[in-house]
Amino acid sequence: MIEVKNLSKRYGAHIAVKDASFTISKGEIVGFLGPNGAGKSTIMNILTGYISLTSGSATIGGFDIVDHPEQAKRHIGYLPEHPPLYLDMTVREYLNFIYDLKKVKFPKKPHIDEICKLVSIEDVENRLIKNLSKGYRQRVGVAQALVGNPDVLILDEPTVGLDPKQITQFRKLIEALGKHHTVIVSSHILSEIQAVCKRILIINDGEIVADDTADNLAKNLSSDHTLNLRVQGPQAEIEKTLLGIRGVLSVKCLGVVEKGSLDFEIEPEETADVRKDIFNRLSDRKWPILEFTTEEMSLEHIFLRLTDGKFTVPTKKTAKKNTEVEFTSSILDSNKEDDE
Amino acid sequence: MTAVFKREMKAYFTMPVGYIVIAVMLLLSGMYFSYMCKSSYSNISFVFSSISSIALLMAPIITMRLFSEDRKQKVDQALFTAPVKLISIVFGKFLAAFTLFMIPMGITLIYQIVLAFTADINWLLYLSDILGIALMGAAILSIGLFISALTESQMIAGIFGMAVSFFIMQIDYFASAVNVEWFSSFCTSVSFISRYNAFTSGQFDFSNIVFFISVVVIFLYFTHLVLDKKRWA
Repeated sequence: MIEVKNLSKRYGAHIAVKDASFTISKGEIVGFLGPNGAGKSTIMNILTGYISLTSGSATIGGFDIVDHPEQAKRHIGYLPEHPPLYLDMTVREYLNFIYDLKKVKFPKKPHIDEICKLVSIEDVENRLIKNLSKGYRQRVGVAQALVGNPDVLILDEPTVGLDPKQITQFRKLIEALGKHHTVIVSSHILSEIQAVCKRILIINDGEIVADDTADNLAKNLSSDHTLNLRVQGPQAEIEKTLLGIRGVLSVKCLGVVEKGSLDFEIEPEETADVRKDIFNRLSDRKWPILEFTTEEMSLEHIFLRLTDGKFTVPTKKTAKKNTEVEFTSSILDSNKEDDE
Repeated sequence: MTAVFKREMKAYFTMPVGYIVIAVMLLLSGMYFSYMCKSSYSNISFVFSSISSIALLMAPIITMRLFSEDRKQKVDQALFTAPVKLISIVFGKFLAAFTLFMIPMGITLIYQIVLAFTADINWLLYLSDILGIALMGAAILSIGLFISALTESQMIAGIFGMAVSFFIMQIDYFASAVNVEWFSSFCTSVSFISRYNAFTSGQFDFSNIVFFISVVVIFLYFTHLVLDKKRWA
C-alpha cells in the first residue's frame, strides 16, 4: 500500500529525514515512534504530499506522490499534528466542505452521518468548531481524515492533549479503523504505540533505527537478562554466596529498598540459567527471597536506548538488508560525555 | 474549486468582514450618488470614478485573510493534502474575493435604475463602468491574494496590501513628479487609475482589458508559485 524508498528531506544544511525506506502493506497498523523532532511528522507530511521530498520516492496505492499527487492523495486521510479545522464553521459545515473538497462520490448525508457516529461527534454536529474542547476538535480532525473512506489513514500524534478516558476511546477507535484501513500512527509515547500497533518503526534523528514487531524488538534487544533479587540476610555473605554460583558474572548490591532486606542485581552469563541455583543456595542458608525478577527489557528501555544511540538493531525490510544501522560518531561521543 | 469558493463566501458572512466591505462601499457609492443627484447630473460614471480609491483600499481587506489565516490555523494541511490541484484552490479563493468585491458594485444597478426614471441614461457606459471596476478589482485582488500567501499574519498581509494599493493610487503623481521621461511613461503605462478612468469615461481600449487580465494571471500564477515553493523549501 505504501512504499517508501531512500526518502530524504533536507532543509538547507539540516537533514530532517535521512534515507528512510519501508513498506507498509494493506491492513497493517504501524506506529511511528520517536522523540520530538525526530522526523515523524516530516515523513508523514511527505507521504501526504503536504511537503516535498529532497530525494528518494514514496508511492501510495501504486501512485507516486510527486508524479501523480492527485491519485495518490485520493488514497489518504490525514490528521496532522494540529487538526486542520476552520474554527468559524460548525462541525457539519466543515465536514461537508471537506467532502466537497475531496470530491467524494458516496451519498453525502449518510456518509457524513456514518463518520460522525464512528467518532462520536453527533451531539456536537451543529456547534461551531471554535467552541469545542480539544478532545472534540481532535475527533473532528479524525472525522475529516475519514471523509471519502480512504484506504490509508495517517494520524500524527492523535492522542496529544486528550484525557486518559479519551485516550482509551481513541485507541479503540484506531483499532476499529485498522480493520478496514491501513493505519499509520505516530507518537512519542510508547505505551500508546504498543497498545494499538503490531509493527513499530522507531525513528531517531531522521533515521529509521528499528522496524519490527513490538515483541521482536523486546526479544532482540533484551539479550542482557539481568536478575533482580531482594533477600533478607547479611550483605557480604550473600554476595559471596551468589558469586560462588556457576554462571554468575557479577553481583551488585543496590542497597535497602524494603526495610530489613537488601536488593541485588545479578548479571549471569548469557547462556546460563542460574535462577534455580540461586534459589537453592539462598534457601539452604535460610535467607528468604522476598522478590525475584528477571529484567525483560520493556519497550520503554529499548526506545530510550535506541534513541540514545547506545544500541544497534538489525533492521528488517529496509534497503540496507541485514546491515546494522550505525549511529553517527557524534551521537556516540555525546553519550560518552553524558556518561562521564 | 467550488468547495473552496463556497467555504470562503460563507466565511465572509460569518465574520464581519463581508458586511463591512459591502457597507463601506455602498455608503461611499451612495454618498457620491446623492451628490450627483443634488447637482442634477445624470451620469453614473461619476460614482464609479469617485470610488476607485476606496475600491483599491477595500481589496486588501477582502484578501488579507485568505491564505495567511489558513497557514496560521494549519488548515492548509487539509487543503494541500486533498486530491485537488493547487491552482484550483488559488482560483476558488480568488473567485470568492472577486464575488464579494462585485456585490456592492452590482448593487449600483439600483442607482442606475433610479436614474433611468428621471433621465436618459447610457447603458453602454454603465456596462463599461462595471467592466472597468471588475477588471481593476480583479487585478488588485490578485495582488492581495499573492501578498496573503506570503505571510502567516493577516494583519501584515492587510497592511502591506494597503501600502501597495496606496502606491498604486499615487503612481500617476510619480509620473508627473519625476522628470525622467522613461520613468514617467512607465508609471503612466502601469497606472491602474488612469486605465480605469478610461473605462468610466467611455473610452473602450482593448489594451486596458489586456493589461488588467495580465495582472490577474501573473499574480495568480505567482500565488501558486509561492505556495508550491513553500512545499519544496
